[in-house]
Amino acid sequence: MEKACGLHCTKINHIGVKFGKDVILKDINIHIHCGELTVIIGRNGAGKSTLLKAILGEIEHTGNITFVDQKDNITKKIKIGYVPQSINVERHMPTTVYDLFASCITHVPVFLRKDKKIYNEIKEHLKIFGADNLIDKSIGDLSGGELQRVLIAIATKPTPNLLILDEPVSGIDRNGIKEFYQIISKLKAEYDMSIILVSHDLDLAKKYADKVILLDKEVIKEGTPDDVFRSLEFKNRFGELA
Amino acid sequence: MEVIDSILEVILPFEFIDYEFMKNAFLAILLISPIFAILGTMIVNNKMAFFSDALGHSALTGIALGSLIGISNLNIGMIIFAIGFALLLNHVKNKTTYGADTIISVFSSIAIALGLAILAQTGNFNQYSSYLVGDILSITDTEILYVFLIAIVVLVFWYFTFNKLNLISINSSLARSKGIKTKKIDNIFAVLIAIVVMISIRWIGILLINSLLILPAASSRNIAKNMRWYHLYAVLFSLFSGIAGLILSYYFNIPTGPMIVILSGAIYFITLAVKGRVKGK
Repeated sequence: MEKACGLHCTKINHIGVKFGKDVILKDINIHIHCGELTVIIGRNGAGKSTLLKAILGEIEHTGNITFVDQKDNITKKIKIGYVPQSINVERHMPTTVYDLFASCITHVPVFLRKDKKIYNEIKEHLKIFGADNLIDKSIGDLSGGELQRVLIAIATKPTPNLLILDEPVSGIDRNGIKEFYQIISKLKAEYDMSIILVSHDLDLAKKYADKVILLDKEVIKEGTPDDVFRSLEFKNRFGELA
Repeated sequence: MEVIDSILEVILPFEFIDYEFMKNAFLAILLISPIFAILGTMIVNNKMAFFSDALGHSALTGIALGSLIGISNLNIGMIIFAIGFALLLNHVKNKTTYGADTIISVFSSIAIALGLAILAQTGNFNQYSSYLVGDILSITDTEILYVFLIAIVVLVFWYFTFNKLNLISINSSLARSKGIKTKKIDNIFAVLIAIVVMISIRWIGILLINSLLILPAASSRNIAKNMRWYHLYAVLFSLFSGIAGLILSYYFNIPTGPMIVILSGAIYFITLAVKGRVKGK
């Protein structure tokens, strides 16, 4: 694993999204360097989820995303890791963590056999997030925190250039949130990747973010947590933060 | 075909297998049951039960439209219509924010009404009413060959695409982030279900076809702990109820389709009863 060097830059250029006549997002420009945690905040309906979907290429949008290595100034194809807010699970469903993880990284059909080599590889990677003991459990039987660690493990294999987390702390208890931020800090320190996190939790954004972006159909304010949280734009939308 | 027939006579020394139509039905069930079972696993995981049901119902419309514009081969009319219907459903489902079940219901009822209206107008309804219940004993050698070919197509598709389907069913954004072309795979899967359902509808019947897709997988889901068991149980349940249903229907003079479904239903409730013991509360 390569440490963050601060020289890899993900550029989100002029992203715009329209549904019919409604403008959902207007000219979004964000630059992120590796080793940085950027937290996107905004009220419901500010376009946070839409922005993520546009970055993932799931919906039609204008603009593009580029990934530049500033060491040699080469533009490369970006690898994105994505941690969804929730997944389609039911208690006791016959999909184990292995079944889900292996489906992401191998063509060996998981209904046919358990591939020993891949099984060990997955277990090794889950260990980084303290989730190796969950490998044979049904994904429907995991707690919120456990499921999240598994999803982060999946999103980081292979190591992405950009890791996107959608509302990662909703439905997770206080202890789980603390653990979650420990994992994020570890990823930031040990891996060469940029992290975008979308969150409702303003306290945590203030505490952990390197950079905060206030979104309301466009980028209203960006900067250090202090800058953004003291700004008039922020106060207009969220009131005074206690 | 003769070779297979004589093999069947040797390994199954029972009275029922002496008849040509029973041999054919037996072979057809050996091929159709596993295919339905494995397609069913993902239909159940994706909560598409209503989708495949609507697809089955659209068979009548396919026949009606086919006969109206003069396509001589009914199967072709049906399959083309069903593929179009499946793709349209997928498209509309992706475009709207309504619940998928409402959309499917709207399309399904329009399709059935249209089919009935056209068949009544052309005076053809009685001719095709046998499609409602189906008759597996009517299957011919050539048709078994078709079933064999489509079985191979399904198995190849399953081998190469299953992991992607599995991921899409769990979270399609996650699947996209892993570079999977979700819409394309969704559509191919829907088209494949359409083809399999349409090819087998003459033998299973519009009213019962969905239960063959859903029941084995749903039963297996009750007790399976991972994807491998999920598939294995589903195939075994499907084969068991198919073969046992055929034999029982012969000795008790009950139509084969309903007999198979009754057995599948019984298996479902048995697995439901043992679910708690296998998986904990």
